[in-house]
Amino acid sequence: MTARRNPRGHRAAAVARLTVLLTVVVLAGCAAAPTRSDPFEPANRVAFDVHEAIDNAVVRPAIQAYVDYTPELVRRGVSNFFGNIDDLYSALNSALQGKPDDFGNSLGRVMVNTGFGLAGLIDIASDAGIPKSNEDFGQTFGVWGVPQGPYLFVPLFGPSTFRDGTGFLIRAYTTPTGFIPDVPLRNVIWGMAWVNENAQVVGTSKLVEQAALDRYTFVRRAYLQRREYLVRDGRPAPEPEDE
Amino acid sequence: MNLFTFSRRAAAVTAMTAALLLAAAAPARAQEAPDAMVKRVSQEILQIVKSDPKVQAGDQARTREVVESKLLPNFDFTRMTALAMGRNWRQATPEQQQRLITEFRSLLVRTYAGALNQYRDQQLAYKPLRAEDKATDVIVRTEVIRPGQQPVQIDYGMEKAGDGWKCYDVIVGGVSLVTNYRDEFNEQIRAGGIDGLIRTLADKNKGGAGK
Repeated sequence: MTARRNPRGHRAAAVARLTVLLTVVVLAGCAAAPTRSDPFEPANRVAFDVHEAIDNAVVRPAIQAYVDYTPELVRRGVSNFFGNIDDLYSALNSALQGKPDDFGNSLGRVMVNTGFGLAGLIDIASDAGIPKSNEDFGQTFGVWGVPQGPYLFVPLFGPSTFRDGTGFLIRAYTTPTGFIPDVPLRNVIWGMAWVNENAQVVGTSKLVEQAALDRYTFVRRAYLQRREYLVRDGRPAPEPEDE
Repeated sequence: MNLFTFSRRAAAVTAMTAALLLAAAAPARAQEAPDAMVKRVSQEILQIVKSDPKVQAGDQARTREVVESKLLPNFDFTRMTALAMGRNWRQATPEQQQRLITEFRSLLVRTYAGALNQYRDQQLAYKPLRAEDKATDVIVRTEVIRPGQQPVQIDYGMEKAGDGWKCYDVIVGGVSLVTNYRDEFNEQIRAGGIDGLIRTLADKNKGGAGK
């Protein structure tokens, strides 16, 4: 594939896929408009089913093997490495949201962990008590008053919205590991990032299965609630209304 | 690849797991403050989870027993069910309401038991209660500390009931259980009415996989 040789090919391909998906979703969404927050529900449900089928057949067994057969120390290192990149984006987004304390802490974490923690493999900053925050572009847009926009479910990636998906694309295009010139190495690192994310949620799909009457609705509401909460930085939600 | 969407999903759903672990409770004691109660019950349950060989081995029946005896007496299931039903609650007959409470309750027991079986030695932190002395409806805040990761907030909506407190909502990382189920309930009621919802809940509790 030519995309493999082109340093930006991987991302370009990812974007192309997302564009196709968006188009499909938009077209399918025209058929029915179930709720305000999820106008593309029919297409999203198809995406959700595809996601679950792949998850059950391939992803979950593979991730379980990673968790079972990789030493904890290695997994911790992997998780710290990508957590360090998260901190970098937290710093940037804290600045964009006008939160100097979070900005300082996150930037401090990146400097300490990159400089003294073997490029982020060791999370010295947590041991030193520098709090980790969690800010991303989607939250920044939310703080700026941009609404979530339509809900979007993307196979292999999970729940998102137009707002959060835009934030994701910005990050995908700028993330430091994307600039590694050695393409196979870069792809391995991106693959590890994905494995790491999945490893963090091992066991939770079973719980959703247990709790949900309809897993699609359950995941959607949980995701939207969670994102609103993060935009509010945990300040109390308005009382649940009687709809 | 996306670190990002998954970490959100992770947060939301992991939070749910962790949360369910904590929703703790035991017979309400007179004049016990709501935050003290959450702490006591959480510690009691986690103590059992750590020391009971059957729970450790993943014995579902035994875990459910622990949830039934320790946790449930501290929940107000009528209020919880009414909140999850929203305006549909008033449309339900008293018999339907009773069945809804019973089925919802047993669904939550199964879910909590499943979550407890996934518990791995995590630390809990209890935050100071910010409420007036005379308050009858408070939010008790706790956190699950996970090394190298952001803590997961688990909050309990508590209401004064007689001389004790009862929990009517658990909010995990910002995800309110009651709000989450309101969507689910609405959807079932739209499709099959209140009886349809009761049937779905009952099927689910009999071990059906749901959708």
